[in-house]
Amino acid sequence: MAETMVEMKHITKRFGNFVANDDISLTIKKGEIVALLGENGAGKSTLMSLLSGLKKPSSGEILIKNKVVSLASPRQATQQGIGMVHQHFMLIDDFTVLENIILGDEKTKYGMIDRMGTRKTITDLAEKYHLQLDLDKKVSDISVGMQQRTEIMKTLYRDAEILIFDEPTAALTPQEIESLLVIIKRLASEGKAIFLITHKLSEIKEIADTCIVVRAGKVIGTVKVSETSTYMMAEMMVGRQISFAAEKVPTNQMRTVLELKRLVVQASKAVPSVNDVSFKIATGEILGIAGVDGNGQSELMEAISGLRKVSSGNIMLNDRDITKFKPRKTTQAGISNIPEDRQNVGLILPMSVSDNLILQDYYLSKNQSKGLLNKSKIHRDGQKLMSDFDIRADSILEPVGSLSGGNQQKVIITREISRNPDLLIAANPMRGLDVGAIEYVHKQILKQRENEKAILLVSFELDELLRLSDRIAVIHQGKIMGIVKTGDVTKQELGFMMAGQPIPTH
Amino acid sequence: MPNSSKLFKVLVPLTSVLAGLVVGAIVMAIFGYDPFLNYASLFTGALGDANAIGETLRELTPLILTALGFSIASTAGFFNIGGAGQALMGWMASVSFALNFSSLPHWLLLLGSIMAGALAGGIWAGIAGVLKAYLGTSEVITTIMLNYIALYLSSFLVKNFLAQDQSDFSKTIPEGARLRTPFLEHLTQNSTFNYGIIISLIMVIVVYFLIQRTKVGYEYRAVGLNDKAANYAGMNVKKVIISAMVVSGALAGLGGAVEGLGNYENIYVMTSLPDIGFNGMAVSLLASGNPIGIIFSGLLFSILKIGGLSISVVSTTPPEIVDIVIATIIFFVGINYVIKIGLEKLSKKKGEG
Amino acid sequence: MSVITILMTMVSTALIYSAPLIFAALGGTFSERGGIVNVGLEGIMIVGAFSGAVFNLTYGPALGAVTPWIGLLVAGGFGLLFSVLHALATVNFRADHIVSGTVLNMLAPALCVFLTKIFYDGKGQTPVLDQSLSTFTFPILSKIPVVGEIFFTRTSLLAYLGILIGFISWWILIKTKFGLRLRSVGENPQAADTLGINVYLMRYSGVLISGFLGGIGGGIMSQSISLNFSVSTIAGQGFMALAAMIFGKWHPLKVVAAAIFFGISQSLAIIGAYIPVISKIDDVWFQMAPYLITIVVLALFIGKFYAPAADGETYVKSK
Repeated sequence: MAETMVEMKHITKRFGNFVANDDISLTIKKGEIVALLGENGAGKSTLMSLLSGLKKPSSGEILIKNKVVSLASPRQATQQGIGMVHQHFMLIDDFTVLENIILGDEKTKYGMIDRMGTRKTITDLAEKYHLQLDLDKKVSDISVGMQQRTEIMKTLYRDAEILIFDEPTAALTPQEIESLLVIIKRLASEGKAIFLITHKLSEIKEIADTCIVVRAGKVIGTVKVSETSTYMMAEMMVGRQISFAAEKVPTNQMRTVLELKRLVVQASKAVPSVNDVSFKIATGEILGIAGVDGNGQSELMEAISGLRKVSSGNIMLNDRDITKFKPRKTTQAGISNIPEDRQNVGLILPMSVSDNLILQDYYLSKNQSKGLLNKSKIHRDGQKLMSDFDIRADSILEPVGSLSGGNQQKVIITREISRNPDLLIAANPMRGLDVGAIEYVHKQILKQRENEKAILLVSFELDELLRLSDRIAVIHQGKIMGIVKTGDVTKQELGFMMAGQPIPTH
Repeated sequence: MPNSSKLFKVLVPLTSVLAGLVVGAIVMAIFGYDPFLNYASLFTGALGDANAIGETLRELTPLILTALGFSIASTAGFFNIGGAGQALMGWMASVSFALNFSSLPHWLLLLGSIMAGALAGGIWAGIAGVLKAYLGTSEVITTIMLNYIALYLSSFLVKNFLAQDQSDFSKTIPEGARLRTPFLEHLTQNSTFNYGIIISLIMVIVVYFLIQRTKVGYEYRAVGLNDKAANYAGMNVKKVIISAMVVSGALAGLGGAVEGLGNYENIYVMTSLPDIGFNGMAVSLLASGNPIGIIFSGLLFSILKIGGLSISVVSTTPPEIVDIVIATIIFFVGINYVIKIGLEKLSKKKGEG
Repeated sequence: MSVITILMTMVSTALIYSAPLIFAALGGTFSERGGIVNVGLEGIMIVGAFSGAVFNLTYGPALGAVTPWIGLLVAGGFGLLFSVLHALATVNFRADHIVSGTVLNMLAPALCVFLTKIFYDGKGQTPVLDQSLSTFTFPILSKIPVVGEIFFTRTSLLAYLGILIGFISWWILIKTKFGLRLRSVGENPQAADTLGINVYLMRYSGVLISGFLGGIGGGIMSQSISLNFSVSTIAGQGFMALAAMIFGKWHPLKVVAAAIFFGISQSLAIIGAYIPVISKIDDVWFQMAPYLITIVVLALFIGKFYAPAADGETYVKSK
């Protein structure tokens, strides 16, 4: 029987009235990989931040190697052998890989940092765990994969025996994911205890020994991965039978609204972010864009809505060339855009609900004349939209920033849909929302479809795309790997294409 | 809670002012001066008779304008620390215009001089705006640098073009360009109070409407609070940046113009930047940018400034004590976070007790 | 005047004017490398100039020639004390760095002139110091032909000291544990925090070092250039030091070079009259040059790129 490394007993963490972790108990042994599975906001990350000393539990105790410990700071957690690989890397871009690794635990010689000696230590560790690292390169110049390996090395350099990976594959390419999983297995076989926070079932199936399912702050169950199916785990995670069946009404998809012709978008890098993309969307159709984050989805959306320059190719809206249109002109031409980054792009948080609702059409004659805003009409219109679209706010003058995430998204959707566009672009519109709000967003999107609008929907969640889209285009490194009808494709096939493998079209 | 946040908007500046006065009193007490006597003579010195009131209002006139300038810029998200330089350029331009076109009819000369001041200030700030919009250069640094360029440039221009016979000041501007009138002088027992105050008050209203009620003001606010969202909404962010900086500078330029046309009636070689720039910034910070609030905070600072002069008449206390008070007030405004926390704790205690 | 004499005068004047800038600009570098913008350097220099002058006048008669040197340390000490305000406001109390820096710039002249009037019979300026920092001739180096005369005779020892401190600052920032940690909180305080680095302590160190060095810069101004203290002793030198820091891209050695460059520019405004070609150019251009150059350089070559990533950002530790 391997040694027990961590034991968490009856851990509860409250933020005000909100209970993020509710009486959670778990253990992990040396060499074991324990997956924490749960939806966004289920409380996995909070639980692990208690273990890594970033937050303090409201009640309960944590035992490391059977001793009760207090983990009041990241430093104390480090001293207890706990290392965290953060989802959003905690790296300093302007520092070299080596400097990032040693920061906070520098060894010195003659008053100076002992770079030579440190380098030897790190190189040895890198060899032992097969971590390929360029120690002298600045973090800003290395790949995301290497940045992650730097994060891993930071924990190893501090002799971590318990490693926590928080959504480690979220930003990686499929190849990088593969090699990361190999690294994690290797770490476990060298005797590290590993927590893996994820909501990706395939990864759990591939490397984890045990899976702890968390839902709404509670542990729903602990299962041996070898003795269960991904389907069972998924069901435990969401707590209801999952149906992939679409509840969509047939629509009249007679006319093309949007057409992209060999679109190329060259962002700062040498490789085009959007590379030779062509597709059409018809009235009453939802085209889903599937792909791992960072494969050109954002650039594609930005190009269509005029926020990014197109290098070559054409964008046609209702047979009109809008390739060179600036954002204002694209909205006037009939495009609405629900941006991915709701708080930083879609809304102006300190401004009122009313001011946010007119963001796209404050300049129209219905809202102003001779440069003076018609405040009373703007308020009246806003009141009506608020009740029509069920935006919950104390008043139309309440700053949008003080609304819940779901209501913030409602403000954007209201604004964009009420303009009655021909094309609705939505990038991950359900991200970070609770179940109720997700239902609402789904309903609104499907309603637009029924109203014979064209909809371009980007999502990282395949289930969501399968539920809503008529067709799905898979994007990989800026290229469309294939466009398939939702009914004709399996999740596996989509996953295959997302990893860059074209499949023969049906 | 929303009500209490409105209350804080008033309580925070009030607390800051109180704290500033208390610190000033402590400093005076430490050095053996009587704070009560001094504050009393400060207030009578600023408000005690018609002349004093006239001087206080004259002091207020440019402060309102430079403060409004700072507010406009910060509405659009910029820290225009260059009010002093912009005011100086405005001062320079308005006096130059008045001296060069002295044959123009009275109203045209006056209007032209005022506009020249606004234009010069606008251009001076516009430089920082253009650099910010197109090259992303920090406006904090460029406006600081432009302050000193304005200082040396203006003294160069005064020495070489406006001053006569080796002196270091220009001729007095012609009567037609003056904002001071016998009527106002008579009214306020020969103070330097002048019609500039009308410009200032009009501008308060204009700026209030501009920010709160107009399309342009909406764009300023949008860009200032979130330029990414403004861009997404199709606003021309670069244009908004430049326009906000130009308007901001034009207001500061007007502040300089009323100094030149109303107060000094000439321009001279300065060894340091005119203090209406930094004081205007302080006024705006205390009013947290609110145009109406600026009248009150400006009045407070004018009272301190003018009243400060009579402190040293009545006692031996150096008048610099009022600048210490002003700086302290702004220090407390700057750390308003702490004041808010303090006030919250206080109100909680009251609620419990 | 012979060419060599002219060169000697030029170099030594340039160095005399560079010295305060070097110290203050290096101070600013420490503060901003730690993530705290310090536009309050001007105010810090004023406090340094004042405290140095007061010490000099008070203890000069008793201490003699060593007075101004101790005066510099006193100036640094008071500069440091004054900068605590900035650290407190920006690190603990979440004040905007520019607002807080501006408060220093408003408070310093008010306070120092106030005290001057109290200490010196109501006058706005101190009497002339009698123990000034005079020029220095290096014992052996000055014997080198030509070079020795130009660079090491009757020159500013403090400028050379400043250059030395520039090298030490580089060593501290780049080579030592403290430097790495200071820079880390200026680049990404949150990351530093997860590694157990005390962000607040580091940021305090940066600001206090800037207070010390800025204070010394002010002490040099009053004890070697103006030779008394008045409100015009420091007239933009703090901002010029800030400009040198930016022109030097926050790198200690380049900052020193930029400070010397600006020192030359300032000195040309003063001694330009003796130099044939330059005497025709109006002083105003040399006075303006540092500010103009900074704008041009900042606009065309630097942008935001070289500034520490988290410069000016308040760090709030999560609970």
